[in-house]
Amino acid sequence: MTEDAYISIRNVDKYFGKFQAVDDVTIDIGQGEFFSLLGSSGCGKTTLLRMLAGFENPTHGEIYIDGQPMSDVPPHHRPVNMVFQNYAIFPHLNVRDNIAYGLRKHKLPKAKRYEMVDEMLDLIKLPDYGDRRANELSGGQRQRIALARALILRPKVLLLDEPLGALDKQLREQMQLELRQLQRTVGITFVFVTHDQEEALTLSDRIAVMSEGRVLQLDTPSGLYERPHSRQVASFIGTMNFFEASVKGVQGEKVDISVRGLGDIAARTTGQSLAEGEKVQVAVRPEKFVLTADQPGTPSSSVPGIVETSAYLGERSHFFIRLEGLDQTVAVSAQNSAGTQAFGDGSKPVWLSWTEDSLVLLPPE
Amino acid sequence: MSEESYIHRRNRPLQIYAVIFLILLYVPVLFLPLFSFNDSLYTTFPLTGFTLKWYEELWTRDAMWAALFNSIKVGLFVAAASTFLGIFAAKAITRYRLPGRGPIVGFIMLPLVIPLIIFGVALLVLLSRLGVPLSLYTVSAGHLIVCLPFAIATLIPRFEGFDQAIEEASADLGENGWWTFWRVTLPMVFPGVLASFILTFTVSFDEFIMAFFLTGTQPTLPVYIWGQLRFPQSFPSVLALASIIIAVSFVMVILSLYINRGAQFGGTKGSGHD
Repeated sequence: MTEDAYISIRNVDKYFGKFQAVDDVTIDIGQGEFFSLLGSSGCGKTTLLRMLAGFENPTHGEIYIDGQPMSDVPPHHRPVNMVFQNYAIFPHLNVRDNIAYGLRKHKLPKAKRYEMVDEMLDLIKLPDYGDRRANELSGGQRQRIALARALILRPKVLLLDEPLGALDKQLREQMQLELRQLQRTVGITFVFVTHDQEEALTLSDRIAVMSEGRVLQLDTPSGLYERPHSRQVASFIGTMNFFEASVKGVQGEKVDISVRGLGDIAARTTGQSLAEGEKVQVAVRPEKFVLTADQPGTPSSSVPGIVETSAYLGERSHFFIRLEGLDQTVAVSAQNSAGTQAFGDGSKPVWLSWTEDSLVLLPPE
Repeated sequence: MSEESYIHRRNRPLQIYAVIFLILLYVPVLFLPLFSFNDSLYTTFPLTGFTLKWYEELWTRDAMWAALFNSIKVGLFVAAASTFLGIFAAKAITRYRLPGRGPIVGFIMLPLVIPLIIFGVALLVLLSRLGVPLSLYTVSAGHLIVCLPFAIATLIPRFEGFDQAIEEASADLGENGWWTFWRVTLPMVFPGVLASFILTFTVSFDEFIMAFFLTGTQPTLPVYIWGQLRFPQSFPSVLALASIIIAVSFVMVILSLYINRGAQFGGTKGSGHD
């Protein structure tokens, strides 16, 4: 366990019968961190969250929160609170009693309890909603009530299970901002489960990308986006072009590679050691390519191509470019300006160029 | 939506069939109140005149009143006991991974399909072997067997009807199993509890076969009525009594269905409380 880890998930496996939902996961989460578990449905992220809450127990491994092993601690004794996917608001109680639900054990006088509830209602920007019934609330309001109900207990960790999934796009974006702001205000550790990569990138300090019960990569949002470790992560987060390549020569960090479609070019490794003749994949984000009408002054990092289709998106345009010797087209995203309009018709060749550090070298498939 | 859409269009033959069905089902029952207002000892047409004297005569019968209170006592006890047991059975059936859940539920529901005369005789033999004297307690025991399936069948849809995450939320907010049950589960299934209470009371109140075998010296109302059938001169009063029982039972069953209506359609949206 690392010294400053607040939540420490150690070699956790979870089986449901013969099905393995979580496979040897080890994660350390720091205090006050906004941590996301990202993956498509069935990747084990929700199971992992439910193990943190105590609704499921690991088959193997141990979870520590604030240094305490959690195996024998039932949900109602854990220093964590959860915001459920459908919020699980108590339908038979009004908003005030929903938020005050967890305060029974605190043995506070009623006036003090309601004072705390009113503070929470202010925090979630729903003052004067105390007497409303749960079924009179909209989705966004329910979500905030669920947050308030958990936060009023001042948990060490707040677990959020796709809390924004049920909201429409506009409300979701607004709630993302509020959630992030709230997390900074209250300063507690958030563990956030989502299948929405954009949401994870926007909100998180760090993200664990999961698939089939395993953590594929654990990194900061920019780390995941700029330096993915595998094709799976690279294609899960945003759009990525992949090229087959082989290594021609290695000189420390610098490598010469022969890339199908791009030609013989120079690149840099990101820590991995490569040998001459080794097969690799080159991954490039669509917005890292630069499109020009004339050949740029750097012939070693540019190739000509033909625009096959394009899509105008207002602020940006997407171009799909056919390169010689390549079966699939290359996706390029460019800021729209006076010049880019002319690329669209495909009548003239365009030049595709890039810089060395926009190429990501990945192990082959 | 148009009345004439494919699903909602009128079907005249089906409507006529439904009306005939209801008439055949309920007309025989309606003869009871009809003759109970008839000014004659004999239940034959033509009717001779309107009277309330059979209802008035009921007031003066102490044995009838005693039987009525016996039935109410048994009914309240059985309703409370079967609903209480039913709550825990329904929770266990819907919430825990029970091995052999299907057979267990089938076994509990068995009294609904096994002829009650078999249960009645079996219990009578057992009790007399054990030397237990017949009393209202033995009637109650018999009725508990009859009523438990009704209680459980009423309560299970209520337990199934709400999101389990709501109970998890309670645990997450620091309440153990008992407090979660008390603060969340019970309030949410309460309409079902009330419906179960009313329904099982009605079933017990109207039950004759078990009571017939298991009654000691204190008859319940149906057993009392059975006894009165031997005396032709009291028959119109029996009709009057039966009419009242039909009316009250009808109201109570409708009431229990109304209270529990949210469970019919998976009532997960908390609609049972408005």
